Amino acid sequence: MQSSPGPAPLLPVPMVIVAAILLSTPLWLSRVGLYQYLALEITIWMLFALGYNLLLSFTGLPSFGHGAYFGIGAYAFGLLQQRVWANLWFDLAGSLLATAALAGLVGLFISHRRGIYYALLTIAFGQVFWFLAMKWHGLTGGEDGLLNIKRPVADFGVASVNLASNEALFFFCLGVFCVVTLGLWRLVHSPLGRVLSAIKQNEVRAAFVGYNTWLYKWLAFVLSAALAGLAGALFAMAQHSAYPNVMSLNNSGFVVMMVLIGGGLVSFWGPLIGAAFFILARDLLGAYTETWLLWYGLAFVLLVLFKPEGVAGLWQDAVAKRRRKSGATAPTLPSAAATAAAAAAGPARNGAA
Amino acid sequence: MTKLFEALHLSKRFGQQVVLEDITLSFEEGELAGIMGPNGAGKTTCFNVLTGRYKPDRGQVRFDGQDITGLPPREIARKGISRSFQIMNLFNDYSALDNVLIGMPQVRRQGFNPWRDLARDSGAQQAAAATLARVGLQGKEHSLARSLSYGERRALEIGVALAAEPRLLFLDEPTAGLGTEGTARLAELVQQLKRQLTIVIIEHDMPFLFRLADKVSVIHWGQVISQGTPAQLKENEWVRRSNLGALA
Repeated sequence: MQSSPGPAPLLPVPMVIVAAILLSTPLWLSRVGLYQYLALEITIWMLFALGYNLLLSFTGLPSFGHGAYFGIGAYAFGLLQQRVWANLWFDLAGSLLATAALAGLVGLFISHRRGIYYALLTIAFGQVFWFLAMKWHGLTGGEDGLLNIKRPVADFGVASVNLASNEALFFFCLGVFCVVTLGLWRLVHSPLGRVLSAIKQNEVRAAFVGYNTWLYKWLAFVLSAALAGLAGALFAMAQHSAYPNVMSLNNSGFVVMMVLIGGGLVSFWGPLIGAAFFILARDLLGAYTETWLLWYGLAFVLLVLFKPEGVAGLWQDAVAKRRRKSGATAPTLPSAAATAAAAAAGPARNGAA
Repeated sequence: MTKLFEALHLSKRFGQQVVLEDITLSFEEGELAGIMGPNGAGKTTCFNVLTGRYKPDRGQVRFDGQDITGLPPREIARKGISRSFQIMNLFNDYSALDNVLIGMPQVRRQGFNPWRDLARDSGAQQAAAATLARVGLQGKEHSLARSLSYGERRALEIGVALAAEPRLLFLDEPTAGLGTEGTARLAELVQQLKRQLTIVIIEHDMPFLFRLADKVSVIHWGQVISQGTPAQLKENEWVRRSNLGALA
């Protein structure tokens, strides 16, 4: 992620485009042979991938066990609903906090590391949680998981919305997604976001200008995991269940692939592209062949080899090429005013583009 | 002048290798002090111990009357000690302006603020631009650090260190890799900073150091073998016999 010159727009254009596309899915999805649950799942995975990208691309910390926190959120939601209080807001907040608390504990052991050691530790802790989910039958239901997780009514005070249908749950998840995305967008442009990116670029220098880099890395991990937990809670509602597979190493790998294929390393919006691409590939390719993951994996390998910046990188290249053709060379970052104007006009911004 | 910074009987070893042995140095408020010595003498290790990167095995470091021995770099930086690095240490994907912004105490104090957009903080932006102008980088505010020339990156190193509003600035071989023109510009900058804050420079460029420094310490084999004004050091028998004296 590069420096982001000029103020960030309060309502970024890519956000509006993504929200509009998702919002319109009930109108056209069935006409193209797809179904609403697909949009629901894409929205949830987008949320997961965005939160993950805060850690991977903005802070430079590769977690390969993030599926565990997605799973913890799912289990926490189910357990709170079935054993404590079946209230949507309580269960969602509880699953988010439970995930944050466990991630906070794990973060204590890993935040002094980075690079390969960080990645290995996240895998190890992820496997611990997966093993617990498999073996702690009394709490998690073992291999069967927690079944019959309900979709509670969303009580907004003035009105209540029944989330039983996929459409209703989709709109609810879309609302959560929009709020979280705007919050993250603000965060990456805030002093906190700048410091996280500074730590990614040069942790030693960040320490020598006075930042407690350990604490920032811990915080980035907790925030990212908490968002994974929130996504997991929504997923538990979508699936009516929570099961060990959601916290498997596979799921951890999927979110990494989503972020990289989408171009999360060069763009804030990359994970959204990657999540949509992955879920659509799973359903569309999966309809033709059981080995869809093989083909997806090959696509991933090719992308990493030839365009590691992902789909967003391709888009940025195309925009840069078009600008060069029109004679607008920009060897340096543009002025704040110019950037603000460019940001208002389109999604191709440096850094958090 | 009062002593702002003291290092008393510092020793540091890595395994069996003794790198610093009973080093005692002091720097007075407003002074420009130099540290010289041959390659491998222990100068940079000395800086690293003084600025918290390494903990000394023995000895004490005092700043403004406070014992800061063994404090981590962030704590030492917050007390008003800043440094540049021999091998450049910048935030390469950030613009020159953002490099300086990150180093500013007012930004650091808001480091956990997840909401405010720094780009809308005109006060911080102007202060950062002023710091860049101070090191001769006006007009380069929005250039990425990685795209700057070598000399400009050297200047930005100092800009980032100055952004922290230090009382004491350590510069580790600031002229390394600079040509004659770049060194002259840097000498001009250091001359301007002199008296505004206390500066300690490790340097191999003896004419540069002897022209600017009030006092120079010579480190060899991890020990301070001589200290004095440039004029005194030029008369020092060891310095005269060594290559260092010839260069001065």
